[in-house]
Amino acid sequence: MTLQLDFSVRRRGFSLDARLELPGKGVTALFGRSGSGKTTLLRCIAGLHRERHGRLVFRGETWQDAERFVPTYQRPLGYVFQEASLFPHLRVLQNLEYGFRRVPPGQRRIGLADVISLLKLEDLLERYPEQISGGQRQRVALGRALLTSPRLLLMDEPLASLDAASKEEILPFLESLRDRLDLPILYVSHSIEEVMRLADHLVLLENGSVIAQGQLQALLTARELPFVRTENSSTVLDARVACLDAGDGLTELEVEGQPLLITRQPVSAGRIVRVRIMARDVGLALEPPTATSFLNCLKVTLLDCQPGLVPSQLLVRLRIGGQVLLSRVSRRSAEHLALHPGQSLHALVKGVALS
Amino acid sequence: MLGLSDADLTAFAITLKLAAISTLLLLVLSAPLAWWLAHTHRRSKVLVEALVAMPLVMPPTVMGFYLLMLFGPRGWIGGFLESIGLPHLAFTFTGLVVGSMFFSLPFVVQPLQNAFAATGLRVLEVANTLRASPLDRFCSVILPLSRRGLVTAGVLSFAHTLGEFGMILLIGGNIPGATQVASIAIYDHVETMDYDAAHGLSLVLVCSSFLLLLVVFALNRRFKVVGAV
Repeated sequence: MTLQLDFSVRRRGFSLDARLELPGKGVTALFGRSGSGKTTLLRCIAGLHRERHGRLVFRGETWQDAERFVPTYQRPLGYVFQEASLFPHLRVLQNLEYGFRRVPPGQRRIGLADVISLLKLEDLLERYPEQISGGQRQRVALGRALLTSPRLLLMDEPLASLDAASKEEILPFLESLRDRLDLPILYVSHSIEEVMRLADHLVLLENGSVIAQGQLQALLTARELPFVRTENSSTVLDARVACLDAGDGLTELEVEGQPLLITRQPVSAGRIVRVRIMARDVGLALEPPTATSFLNCLKVTLLDCQPGLVPSQLLVRLRIGGQVLLSRVSRRSAEHLALHPGQSLHALVKGVALS
Repeated sequence: MLGLSDADLTAFAITLKLAAISTLLLLVLSAPLAWWLAHTHRRSKVLVEALVAMPLVMPPTVMGFYLLMLFGPRGWIGGFLESIGLPHLAFTFTGLVVGSMFFSLPFVVQPLQNAFAATGLRVLEVANTLRASPLDRFCSVILPLSRRGLVTAGVLSFAHTLGEFGMILLIGGNIPGATQVASIAIYDHVETMDYDAAHGLSLVLVCSSFLLLLVVFALNRRFKVVGAV
């Protein structure tokens, strides 16, 4: 555990109590509705919001406690705001260099050329912020933060103010950031789609309190959390790319030793990818069906059943190796199949999205 | 030059010196006040804003009269200065500088306040996360982003001081070589029916004011093009 924090914030009509230990690698999403306190928590971690009662230790260094408060500009962190907030009087290149020049050369681990090529900023360098699009601005803001060679990257809904097309423009960069840089990221979001694509670890906030935290898949499939009671209840599975071209425009993945076919994707063989499977896209059978349009049939074990969104439905949790799959079935089918915990079943999977 | 006498040149030099010193001091000293006004949510802001704007509506002679009372040996400020062994401020150049600063306060505070409010606090937070210390943030973000406001404030204050008359007459008296400024020298020339001398000095003031404004508008135009906001 690398980031230990303990904050309590009291303001008129708002309070936040967060006591957390967060992992030192991967993406940790702070997830919750607006007003749940996730941005306030991020600002406390950055030191932008100075709360008297707070404690924050990053990799053994105390950034804040009763006696000490390390000001933001002395903390080795990067911060990406919801709006790009580029310096309007500086060109893109000067914006990128702003933080870079303020880090002593010996502490720079990320170079200007690397960031420019990673984020594809070559053509923008001489422009002013007002001359580029919202998505481009957010890419520059991301690059600007990375160029301080941070040891912790904080992102406050970096995609929230962008349209769908600009979001799609940025998400791949965030993914490659996660995969290529050894940099822990704290990502504030209220979009479960973004969280499912990016996060490894999830902290769930509600009305200023942490109601759950843990590994993404565990939280998405936890019985007591609201995720399993939504129309789009889904799980994410880690899979290995087994065969890039499995014929008929398909790519073959391997989940817990079992094959899973998806529409062909530009990924490299051997890579670990994450797939998202919605509960409503998973059907159940006692025997492997012989004649069906379902491409994928996974051997699973039933963990438990619980009431679904409507009285006619049940949500079934299934174990596949060390991972959990969700399935939504009708009560009538459940009775028909005599579903019970420990039962061996075949899960028929219709839609699989790579995330 | 333009038939100006030595006394006229001296008066003009004092005017420039007064305008330059009071403007510079005012820019430095009122910046924190403007910053506070731009970002505070306190209710007392309204009161402070009204006080700052007072010189806009008060007759200069009224201000001059009260300042003279304060600055003199029996006034609060003058009396205090004498009690610690310093000269009082009535009829001195220092008194004129302090008086001009009060007089031009709204002309500096308001443009600065607008500029600071337009800059916003977010860019400062961004700079803070990019390793910039407070002084660094001031120099690399606040100054360049509010330069139009700074130039406007400086020029308004300078030009306003050039044309000051009533207040200066009251607190400075009319001491040639010390507190006699151009506008008062012109008044003297008119009083003594020396219209040629009045013409010369007036023309100098007109030309210098025009040049000043020309420079400002040219600068602001450049900022507009370069400092794309």
